[in-house]
Amino acid sequence: MLKIEGLHVNVEDKKIIQGLDLQIAPGEVHAIMGPNGSGKSTLANVLSGKDGYDVTKGKITFLKKNLFDLEPENRAGEGLFLAFQYPVEIPGVSGMNFLRTTINSIRRYRKQKELDGVNFLKVLREKAKFIKMDEKLIKRSVNTGFSGGEKKRSEILQMSLLEPKLAILDETDSGLDIDALKTVANGVNNLKNKERSFLIITHYQRLLNYIVPDKVHVLSKGKIVKSGDKNLAIELEKKGYEGIM
Amino acid sequence: MSIDLETKKTVKSITEKYKYGFTTKISSDKAPKGLNEDIVKLISGKKKEPKWLLDWRLKAFRTWLKMKEPNWSMVKFPKINYQDSYYYSAPKPKKKLKSLNEVDPAILSTYEKLGIPLEEQKRLAGVAVDYVFDSTSVATTFKEQLSKLGIIFCSFSEAVQKNPELVKKYLGTVIPYTDNYFATLNSAVFSDGSFVYIPPGVRCPMELSTYFRINAENTGQFERTLIIADKDSYVSYLEGCTAPMRDENQLHAACVELITLDNAEIKYSTVQNWYPGDEKGKGGVYNFVTKRGACRGNNSKISWTQVETGSAITWKYPSCILQGDNSVGEFYSVAITNNFQQADTGTKMIHLGKNTKSTIISKGISAGRGQNTYRGLVRMGPKAKDGRNFTQCDSLLIGDRCGAHTVPYIEVKNQSAKVEHEATTSKISDDQMFYCRQRGLDQENAVSLIVNGFCKEVLKELPMEFAVEAQKLLGISLEGSVG
Ligand SMILES: Nc1ncnc2c1ncn2[C@@H]1O[C@H](COP(=O)(O)OP(=O)(O)OP(=O)(O)O)[C@@H](O)[C@H]1O
Ligand SMILES: [Mg+2]
Repeated sequence: MLKIEGLHVNVEDKKIIQGLDLQIAPGEVHAIMGPNGSGKSTLANVLSGKDGYDVTKGKITFLKKNLFDLEPENRAGEGLFLAFQYPVEIPGVSGMNFLRTTINSIRRYRKQKELDGVNFLKVLREKAKFIKMDEKLIKRSVNTGFSGGEKKRSEILQMSLLEPKLAILDETDSGLDIDALKTVANGVNNLKNKERSFLIITHYQRLLNYIVPDKVHVLSKGKIVKSGDKNLAIELEKKGYEGIM
Repeated sequence: MSIDLETKKTVKSITEKYKYGFTTKISSDKAPKGLNEDIVKLISGKKKEPKWLLDWRLKAFRTWLKMKEPNWSMVKFPKINYQDSYYYSAPKPKKKLKSLNEVDPAILSTYEKLGIPLEEQKRLAGVAVDYVFDSTSVATTFKEQLSKLGIIFCSFSEAVQKNPELVKKYLGTVIPYTDNYFATLNSAVFSDGSFVYIPPGVRCPMELSTYFRINAENTGQFERTLIIADKDSYVSYLEGCTAPMRDENQLHAACVELITLDNAEIKYSTVQNWYPGDEKGKGGVYNFVTKRGACRGNNSKISWTQVETGSAITWKYPSCILQGDNSVGEFYSVAITNNFQQADTGTKMIHLGKNTKSTIISKGISAGRGQNTYRGLVRMGPKAKDGRNFTQCDSLLIGDRCGAHTVPYIEVKNQSAKVEHEATTSKISDDQMFYCRQRGLDQENAVSLIVNGFCKEVLKELPMEFAVEAQKLLGISLEGSVG
């Protein structure tokens, strides 16, 4: 699915990621934990193709393709999804319109039939119900004036609509109340299958009680310093980063 | 050849009719370059206009000679040599092409993006079409329906012949021939345009569109439109077309006058997509338009909606004179400037009657090196008791070489009036772009989505089908503005 080899990334001449290797097989759930500023969001942004990151070394293959050959929208088309740590507001663009435009753009890329209004609404209602997202929220402008938790829920809705192959969740659990956390985890678990992989960035072991990871990695100063199974997260919760390194 | 001959004959007959004769020699289908009283007489004579109209044109011409080209706007352009243009040429039948294969592929691709049906593409591009699809037949049925209701919808010239009393009663009463440099020029040399009269109590059952007007072609650079909604009537009028329009005339100086009597309403929507010039700023139409409506009657309403994407320079201020008590004026505008385009546009709301209300929503989008200015005047006259205005001006910048300017003028001459003004300037942020792209939209679709969101309040004022086309048009106009 995803193979990162010897990745080095600079931001404005500052070394952020310094020799990162990671391999995710189809159907696997990986969690990345690490202190603030260790480069977790940077990794997510590099994977999804955001500008402003200078890859100085390394290789990333996604579904056998060189990831760096693909524009961000084509990475999305191939099946890479990023749930943002800070989803951006787009005033004036209704959620309905946004979701329908994006889903059809991606379906075109995947050579699937576009959804007409009726079918789109059917799919949307079903998914929105599952993650308990109020339809009123979808009718409003994208993320505009949403609470922190509402933004995160909206990211999960988009993830379930776009049916990615690899979903990266950047701190989707931060700022969620306990019920919301369960619904979000539910949303993820519901999407889990043999082909679909997840990369979950989080600070809290709590989420991993609901979404059980196959592997847990600790990122520090732009490198994976330790990997293990779900017990690593529990250990980390007890001892802190200092304690395990 | 036949055109030449016909023109010569007409000119000859006109020459004989006016005792002062012509001092200019006219020998072909085009009158010579330049502008003088003979040219004005020729235009009027060719249209067999009554004397009062010729006199009106001449008065306008003499006034124009004493006027100076205005220079108060933000737009910059090389000096226009008015003596170096043709003001009259015999209408030429368009060269018909045999198939779409002969049409410029760039134009075809735009049609496709706009989703214009194939037969319609042919008509627009000037390809000979099957009679079944010929819009003329559609227009004829359309006209029959209207005439049953007593609605007059025809070319301006036709109205001068068939309804001279109405034309005489209203022409120039909203935009006097002395109004401004370009309106005065138009009054002297206007070629043709539309005329609409809605009789008392009639609600026009369909959108009237220039598109369906027979002989809509060849209206030329000095268009003149007059719309009258009599008591208790309603009409929605559409001007223009989303398909790109090329024109060899650089200067367009149209005039539109609207009049509503008691309880009447006119909704006037424009999509302007004249040739904007190339990416380097070469060529393009100068669109200097005077549009004004008078709410003469009590409780009457005039609403202007415009989507301005074309022209090298746009200079227009569709305005409302709110004379009748409780009358309402509205102005909804989207203006896009990309590459080297310049737009100086806005409105004037002149509140004269009691309890008059006006709303102004202006959305300016600048990309490339485009310059966009909103210029608006709200005046509350001494008798406009309880007058209200709300103005919202939003500017959106794409890139950092373009500019947006807001120039509001507010004059309040009575205590009870209220004027509110809100203005914002924003940029499409890199984060917004990236968010959209991460969700699978390419840069152009992302910009288009964000821009359409920005313009939503205005687009929703457009008639349904027009709105859908206008949305696509906004995207197309901004192509190449990012990345
Ligand atoms: N555009 C930028 N300009 C300068 N420094 C940047 C930029 N983007 C990221 N950085 C720096 O890179 C480092 C890693 O940032 P990143 O956002 O990847 O951290 P993180 O691991 O996601 O942290 P958190 O847990 O707080 O979300 C930080 O020191 C940050 O300040
Ligand atoms: Mg982060």
